[in-house]
Amino acid sequence: MEGFPILSLMMLVPLAGALVCLVAGAATARWIALGTTLVTFVLGVLLWSNFQTGGAQWQFTERAELFAGFSWALGIDGIALMLIMLSVFLMPICILASWDAIQKRVGEYMAAFLLMEVLMIGTFSAQDLFLFYIFFEAGLIPMYLIIGVWGGDNRIYASYKFFLYTLLGSVLMLIAMFWMVAEAGTSDIPTLMQYDFPPGAQTWLWLAFFASFAVKVPMWPFHTWLPDAHVQAPTAGSVILAGVLLKLGTYGFVRFSLPMFPEASAQFAWLVFALSMIAVVYTSLVALVQSDMKKLIAYSSVAHMAIVTVGLFAFNVQGLEGAMIVMLSHGLVSAALFLCVGVIYDRLHTREIARYGGLAINMPYYALFFLLFTMASIGLPGTSGFVGEFLALAGIYQASSLVALVATTGIILGAAYMLYLYRRVAFGGQVNEDAAAMRDISVREWAFLAPIAASVLWMGVYPESFLAPMRADIAVLDARLAAAAPASDSALTAGAPRAEAANALSHENGANHSSAEEGAH
Amino acid sequence: MDFAHSFALIAPELLLSVAGLALLLVGAWGGDKSARLVAIAAAAALFGAGFMLVPGLHFGVDGPATLAFGGLIKVDSFALFAKALIYLAAIGALMVAPAFFNSEAAGTERGMRAEYPVLVLFAAVGMGIMVSANDFMTLYLGLELNSLSAYVLAAILRRDTRSGEAGLKYFVLGALASGILLYGMSLLYGFTGGTAFTAVRAGLTGELGTGALFGVIFVLSGLAFKISAVPFHMWTPDVYEGAPTPVTAFFATAPKVAAVALTARVVFEVFGAQVDAWQQIVMFTALASIIFGALGAIGQENLKRLLAYSSINNVGFILLGLAVANEAGVSAMLVYLFIYVAMSLGSFVALLMLRDENGALFETFADIRGLSVTRPLIAWALLVFMFSLAGIPPLLGFYSKFVVFQATIEAGLVAFGAIAIAASVIGAFYYIKFVKVMFFDEPVDVVTGKSGAAHWVLLGLTAAIVSPLGYLLTPSLTDLADKAAASLFLAV
Repeated sequence: MEGFPILSLMMLVPLAGALVCLVAGAATARWIALGTTLVTFVLGVLLWSNFQTGGAQWQFTERAELFAGFSWALGIDGIALMLIMLSVFLMPICILASWDAIQKRVGEYMAAFLLMEVLMIGTFSAQDLFLFYIFFEAGLIPMYLIIGVWGGDNRIYASYKFFLYTLLGSVLMLIAMFWMVAEAGTSDIPTLMQYDFPPGAQTWLWLAFFASFAVKVPMWPFHTWLPDAHVQAPTAGSVILAGVLLKLGTYGFVRFSLPMFPEASAQFAWLVFALSMIAVVYTSLVALVQSDMKKLIAYSSVAHMAIVTVGLFAFNVQGLEGAMIVMLSHGLVSAALFLCVGVIYDRLHTREIARYGGLAINMPYYALFFLLFTMASIGLPGTSGFVGEFLALAGIYQASSLVALVATTGIILGAAYMLYLYRRVAFGGQVNEDAAAMRDISVREWAFLAPIAASVLWMGVYPESFLAPMRADIAVLDARLAAAAPASDSALTAGAPRAEAANALSHENGANHSSAEEGAH
Repeated sequence: MDFAHSFALIAPELLLSVAGLALLLVGAWGGDKSARLVAIAAAAALFGAGFMLVPGLHFGVDGPATLAFGGLIKVDSFALFAKALIYLAAIGALMVAPAFFNSEAAGTERGMRAEYPVLVLFAAVGMGIMVSANDFMTLYLGLELNSLSAYVLAAILRRDTRSGEAGLKYFVLGALASGILLYGMSLLYGFTGGTAFTAVRAGLTGELGTGALFGVIFVLSGLAFKISAVPFHMWTPDVYEGAPTPVTAFFATAPKVAAVALTARVVFEVFGAQVDAWQQIVMFTALASIIFGALGAIGQENLKRLLAYSSINNVGFILLGLAVANEAGVSAMLVYLFIYVAMSLGSFVALLMLRDENGALFETFADIRGLSVTRPLIAWALLVFMFSLAGIPPLLGFYSKFVVFQATIEAGLVAFGAIAIAASVIGAFYYIKFVKVMFFDEPVDVVTGKSGAAHWVLLGLTAAIVSPLGYLLTPSLTDLADKAAASLFLAV
């Protein structure tokens, strides 16, 4: 399907915007950034509306042979479409969120964000292995600058940690990519997704990819960069980090690890389960004792992403669909929670939970939004969180009841730390005068919280809109995995059929027997 | 022997030698006032010599037609590629020199000395001979011509003790290296009965005796000294730090290209039948250079010293291509060399632009704090160079690592490649320190001096090459490197 190169255009618009922002003054840069991200969002809506659900697996494909083994191959399936939508949706919100908060070097800041947008769209739509790597890895530069230049007090430590952790993971993946391309003779991702690598090699390849994705997701114990990076990044940086960048890791599992190395994935499923189970319980407990709001939400992200990985490695349709929805939902909800923190941080310049209290009194609308996102994070029915977590846990229950059991405690603990956070921030007395004097959210803040709230409810009430484009792709993935799927511990075995139902009333002796029993009473 | 043919083949060297001699006379009679003129003329001569290489580079030359003077010299595509890079690097070193030497802070009473461009020219001639050597005698001649010019260049700031120290250290250690090399050559001569590459190669077939093996090891050690590969790298930081910065920029680029090309020629054309003997050595040297180059750089405060370690680190990656021991590896190595020259030259030019009003250079991290606020253009250029040196896409430095590792993996050296690439992350640590200091720290605003047009041009050019725009060069670069690599293997 060669048509209008909309994917390239979606990358070109922010790129042009970034270059202009670099030289523009502060006020102009803000408007240019907002304009470009909105245009890209509109293009994204066009992309979605022209996406044919149930059509070809790869749509909007573009291919141009570049130089030296690189080809500009783009194309998306439903999974990529949803993640691109998430990125382009969050971008204008990020720009709005940093409207007043960022005062120094605005042009460079906006340029870095627009560049991130280019790279994220590129990562999700790349169909060439090396092109993917370039987009995947290039994000390090703007993100390093965003954390380091505009971050909090301990930003330098956080930026180093973020950069080096992610780089170490990625370079091993690059080596694996070279090997795959040498073995399969192509760097075309759709072809590689159908290529059967020898099982022995799959083990190593899987581990190399895992090194990269596990850091990105991040999975326990590779998660330690995340709380630091989140806490130190500016609000919008956290939004992008939690909203989209973490999804690169799980997207990597969906796009590479599972379809390309199904045998190895099955072999290592228990590694993933074990790490995820630890992550769910451990990081939730850690979140419970945080006194810094951003850190709390950062740890909760690790727990939620663990539900995603558990769902992915359940090797069944429910698990995969659930994992995808959790990814989208977490992208919205954690982004919104970071924005909520940002709103009050902008007013009081502290993230210390104890410095707030009783905000429901002086900031009712804020409290309402915050409550909605808190509930969505817990997974209350009617919000997006419920749909995803329910599906993912239903999927994993088919694979292993133990994992399901442990992962579900994450929901309970999630309720504990989120409600505890909410109580301390929004309820109770107004113990701090300055917190009590804060005004409610402004129009600009309405503008970025309301759309997320609407999307969260939409996804919670009618998830079909989001599941439909992905269904065919998940079915393909599930078919690919079917042969390798590990045996499940909760598989029901068919027993010998009984002659009659266990509670059937017998008509002859039974009648006498029962009447005799009744008589005995 | 067809002398006309031979002279035609070495026309670039002839041009440069004649130009060097003539400019020496101009300098002698004209005094240092003529230095600028001499520099321009020298750059023009290099440019002209480079222009002579174009047809050969474009069409690719190999086979017996490239042999000059009865097989003493071989001007094949491989030599042409290396020479083109050397000339470009030398032109760069000439362009940045006048502004540096003419500033008050350089301590030169009468500005740039006319000897500087002349020495660069002679060094370039020596390097040209090195890369086209086809006989150990020619090799040694070229090497020494280059080295002797380089010793003087390192010490050219006579009143600066650091410069003198650098020159002396370079000379003593370089002489030692030459001695080791000569000893290895004599061993090889003793065991094979010839000094021509073909003769030595013919004598080195079959099982390698202990004596010949020692010859191989000594020759490789001597060459490793010249390319400052671990474990023969100790002189590099001291010399790079002490030498005047334009000279350091020259050392980090042209002689590296020459020595690496020479090493490649020696291992394939002379030791080609004994791959097992040298491959392990090169693999070890490559890995050790990557790791020690990265570790050594971590604690450095002086930027020139840091870039010296960075060059050791890069030599490791270059040798990685050599260790693959096939045509793809050599081609990758040549691509890496080109990109490395652009990156190093750019970084040193940027360092040269960090000066105060008197022209005194700043050389430590403390001086470039917050540079992105006070001198954004230089800071952004340095950012590009550093991320590129760290191998982060989409900058061209990524491509150089890409081709080298691709060749490594395709040759089946997976574990070797994995260790090397993991070690490259250590290197990223100090490259991003540059960015951290320039972008995250509070400005100190000491860099106030203005820079000349030559610096800006060179900075802009190298930054453009290293930026994603540089990928436009890669098709032709790959083509040239492939031809060069092919000519090296055809000879065998």
